[in-house]
Amino acid sequence: MDRPNPITPQLLAGFGIAIVFAAVVPHLVSDFTSFQFTQAMAYGIALLGLNILTGYNGQFSIGHSAFYAVGAYTAAILLYHFEWNHYATLPVAALVAFAVGFLFGLPALRLEGLYLALATFAFAVATPQLLKFDAFEHWTGGVQGLFVPKPEPLIEGLSADQSLYYVTLAIMVLLMAVAWCLLRSRSGRAIMAIRDNPIAASTMGINTALYKTTTFGISAMYTGIAGALSVFVTEFVAPDAFNFFLAVNLLVGSVVGGIVSIPGVIFGGLFLVFVPNFAQDISRAYPFVPPPWAIFGIFLILAIYFVPFGVWGAVERALAWWKRKSAGLGG
Amino acid sequence: MDLFLQLTLAGLAIGSIYSCVALAVVMIYQATDHFNFAQGEMAMFSTYVAWTLVGLGAPVWLAFLLAVGISFLAGVIIERVIVKPVENAPVLNQIIVFIGLLVIFNAVAGWIWEFTIKPFPSLFPEDLGFKSTLIGPHHLGVIALTLGVLALVFAFFRFTRVGLAMRAAAANPDSARLVGISVGWMLALGWGLAASIGAVGGILVAPIVYLEPNMMAGVLLYGFAGALLGGVSSPGGAVLGGLVVGVLENWVGQYVPGGSELKLTFALILIVGVLVFKPAGLFGRVVVRRV
Repeated sequence: MDRPNPITPQLLAGFGIAIVFAAVVPHLVSDFTSFQFTQAMAYGIALLGLNILTGYNGQFSIGHSAFYAVGAYTAAILLYHFEWNHYATLPVAALVAFAVGFLFGLPALRLEGLYLALATFAFAVATPQLLKFDAFEHWTGGVQGLFVPKPEPLIEGLSADQSLYYVTLAIMVLLMAVAWCLLRSRSGRAIMAIRDNPIAASTMGINTALYKTTTFGISAMYTGIAGALSVFVTEFVAPDAFNFFLAVNLLVGSVVGGIVSIPGVIFGGLFLVFVPNFAQDISRAYPFVPPPWAIFGIFLILAIYFVPFGVWGAVERALAWWKRKSAGLGG
Repeated sequence: MDLFLQLTLAGLAIGSIYSCVALAVVMIYQATDHFNFAQGEMAMFSTYVAWTLVGLGAPVWLAFLLAVGISFLAGVIIERVIVKPVENAPVLNQIIVFIGLLVIFNAVAGWIWEFTIKPFPSLFPEDLGFKSTLIGPHHLGVIALTLGVLALVFAFFRFTRVGLAMRAAAANPDSARLVGISVGWMLALGWGLAASIGAVGGILVAPIVYLEPNMMAGVLLYGFAGALLGGVSSPGGAVLGGLVVGVLENWVGQYVPGGSELKLTFALILIVGVLVFKPAGLFGRVVVRRV
């Protein structure tokens, strides 16, 4: 269960249906809903980064909001100060986030589990203050943040929101495929071996230090790309959007979708976009219901009690159960 | 020179608050091997309880004692009800439960008391009978009170049967169980004590930073830094670490350019620095693991 599933005809068929469905969606719903789906996919990419790091490599991060901020600010600064093309900023955001993640991964090498959680926690809490810092204000816009335009539609006839939806979808599918290939490969087995037993892994000749820092970098890269895409969607960056609660959000999404999974990030992303709105509606309608964030917290704890493997883990378990059952009936 | 002394003394006062938080963190760490990320928000909540009691007309000291008592009960209940189910779960699951608690306390505090900042009365009189330009009455009171609390905690662990049982349960749960100690309840007691000590920290810091649901984020970070600097396996070290961090914070804020705006970054650097160069802290013992 831990390794990404091998390619089977069923999996390909399911994937094909999902892609066709995703491609039709923007023509069925309003631009605003497409915009929300784009936001969900951007979150999904960030969750993918977190899953690779935490789910597959066993390194905790409750500071991924910081890498999200790195990607978002890199893109925003290139757009605002240098008037780059939107999509040209993505590789740069990816590279910068990779570098920051790799560098943060170096001290993280000496830290395990809890201590790493603590260091990343500190990183997340310190990020908004760093972004507001006077000396960087010329570049970051200080407390005000930066406004950037939405990318122009790539194809005529599509609205800006629809075009961005397709671009984000393509990037997400590509990054999911990359993650799948990475984790199925020799390197992927090394990454998972380090999670399961670091000492045995290094005895087998795996360079744990190199793998752990590189995984940290890759994870930050995914999250940085997501941050850059989120800037295109919201047309705006501001320091307080990247506070500790964003990090909590990402963790919640990961856990809900299934932290040791690749497709689970889609459910996680959808959850992060639609459930808070839903929770807000409820708590507005009924004054005795606690506020959305409290509901989020309760949901997080309940999820850990009852479905620690997340939505995708539940789907996998259901499929396995169904397979066993039908095999039993057939035999 | 006066400025330097003022900074140092104010740093000691703030640092003693960090010591409280650090001690609370270390207590739970010793018993369970985990950092309670919700420690700060729990302290914030206790402070709001005290604020409400003051608003109802209770004298400040009575409100303080009641809030500390309520926090103790709340800590015990949280351990028994919310933390116990994940006692044996992987670290990640436990951390997520702590973060869930953090979020819930933060949101519920904002819901009940709103996010506007509120002034909080000091526990100590304005006029102490003497005047000093070096340190204000609240800061002086903070140092005295925390030293008192720490002495009490020390005496509790050193001289009482329950304290001994709690230490045994933390040091070796299996053997403790064999001699008839209820390890589960000792853990709950530890959570209660940690919540009370955190509450003391929250109520002492509130007159300085003003009361609002996010007031403890920075304090918790500094508390963590203090705990790490002193060594997470050493309560005395954590207290000293908290004091050192408080003083350092003030020095950096004054003498390093840009330091006052980057206080949280300083905490980050301190935490990462300690973890990388001296993971056991100044007074902690180095843990050697058997393969």
